[in-house]
Amino acid sequence: MQVTMTVNGQTVSRDVEPRTLLVHFLRDHVGLTGTNVGCDTSSCGACTVHVNGESVKSCTMLAVQADGQEITTIEGLASPEGELHPMQKAFQENHGLQCGFCTPGMVMAATSFLKENPHPTEAEVRLGLEGNLCRCTGYHNIVKSVLAAAESMGE
Amino acid sequence: MFPSTFDYVRAGSVAEAISILDGSDDAKLIAGGHSLLPLMKLRLAAPSTLVDIGRLSELNYIEDRGDHVAIGALTRHRDLETSAVLKHSVPILSHVAGEVGDPAVRHRGTIGGSIAHGDGASDLPAAVLALDATMVVRSASGERTVPAANFFKGFLETDLGQGEVLTEIRVPKVSGGWAYKKFNRRAQDWAIVGVAVVRNGSTRISLVNMGSTPLRASASENAINQGASIEEAANLASEGIDPPSDLNASAEYRRHLASVLVRRALQEASA
Ligand SMILES: Cc1cc2nc3c(=O)[nH]c(=O)nc-3n(C[C@H](O)[C@H](O)[C@H](O)COP(=O)(O)OP(=O)(O)OC[C@H]3O[C@@H](n4cnc5c(N)ncnc54)[C@H](O)[C@@H]3O)c2cc1C
Ligand code: FES
Ligand code: FES
Repeated sequence: MQVTMTVNGQTVSRDVEPRTLLVHFLRDHVGLTGTNVGCDTSSCGACTVHVNGESVKSCTMLAVQADGQEITTIEGLASPEGELHPMQKAFQENHGLQCGFCTPGMVMAATSFLKENPHPTEAEVRLGLEGNLCRCTGYHNIVKSVLAAAESMGE
Repeated sequence: MFPSTFDYVRAGSVAEAISILDGSDDAKLIAGGHSLLPLMKLRLAAPSTLVDIGRLSELNYIEDRGDHVAIGALTRHRDLETSAVLKHSVPILSHVAGEVGDPAVRHRGTIGGSIAHGDGASDLPAAVLALDATMVVRSASGERTVPAANFFKGFLETDLGQGEVLTEIRVPKVSGGWAYKKFNRRAQDWAIVGVAVVRNGSTRISLVNMGSTPLRASASENAINQGASIEEAANLASEGIDPPSDLNASAEYRRHLASVLVRRALQEASA
């Protein structure tokens, strides 16, 4: 089946089986491997991308469901000139990652969350990221990073 | 993990979805896919055809209709959570929607999908039961309405037949107190036990994950409606109910939780 969607601002079109999950479409068909597969059972959030600007677990969506939609992955957050998104900078500056496996999903979930709640409390950040697990358990600095990003983006 | 093969059709209207369902033995609707796709990935479901209704804007609305609020089946949890109409007229429903899963799940899952899936461990089915909501169901032979009390039939089984689409949920406005208590131990988890209380004239109490369907705590309801104390009513929470035992909780612990949560919910709804 032919699917066409916008991925990080570029139109991409591929012929895929209907059962192709969005995460495999992005990784295997489009070659964007920044989005990780962790649990593969909708629980860990490692595969989080934006669909029309909102966080979605791409292991729990079919590529055909994303036909005609706008997808943003971790590769699409930095500016075309390579300047990191404030959320990426905040993760870098606040040691928001250890092994880095959960990071793409964390960053995508966090940027979606800040759109809905630009000035969150610490408790709200923790709730906003409840669908994302960090196996290195680095939650403290992840939360710190998101709060720092909220501050720098609010300026 | 990926599902076994299937044909995919995106329906352009409810009528088209119904005609595709009618022409097949095992075609299935997909709305947000957040209950169905996990089952298909585990190969616990393997429909030959998926009929995607996810984008039917005709079923995506929240409307004030005087004494009730009408909600299109494809309204997402996120839209229930943030709806000004619901916050004003049926606040328990936007609150419960905000307790479902995590933000990413709420961006995809729909109220119709949650109710049609009919999981006794889900939050929204219990909420619509306590609210005494009415389901509007459409098929080739027309439209019928089913009260929530008659909708949930058994484990992942509802009153919906093949060829029927849940189109709308009509929810009476709530004038009195309400509360929703979801007990779980980890972030994002399902309720080990949950309790919804709605006081709209009389008091209705429903239970999450105390059986294969959402259940009414009838003994507690009767007691409180006949003037018993909150304490007395709460002690009857699992009377006549046979809760499951699983890795999260034994049946006995669930009974204990049900009493505690009914008490807390009644206290909060009466405050
Ligand atoms: C990680 C995770 C955590 C979750 N946590 C919770 C939780 O804490 N509490 C909770 O309550 N739920 C939870 N859920 C389930 C979530 O709420 C689902 O979104 C919801 O149950 C199903 O809605 P859907 O639109 O995704 O339905 P789908 O998966 O698309 O469909 C579910 C079923 O309903 C049928 N169907 C869908 N729409 C209609 C319709 N209009 N008419 C007739 N049949 C229809 C489908 O054929 C299918 O059988 C969780 C899900 C995930 C993935
Ligand atoms: S890989 Fe998608 S939620 Fe874990
Ligand atoms: S940094 Fe290792 S999983 Fe989060």
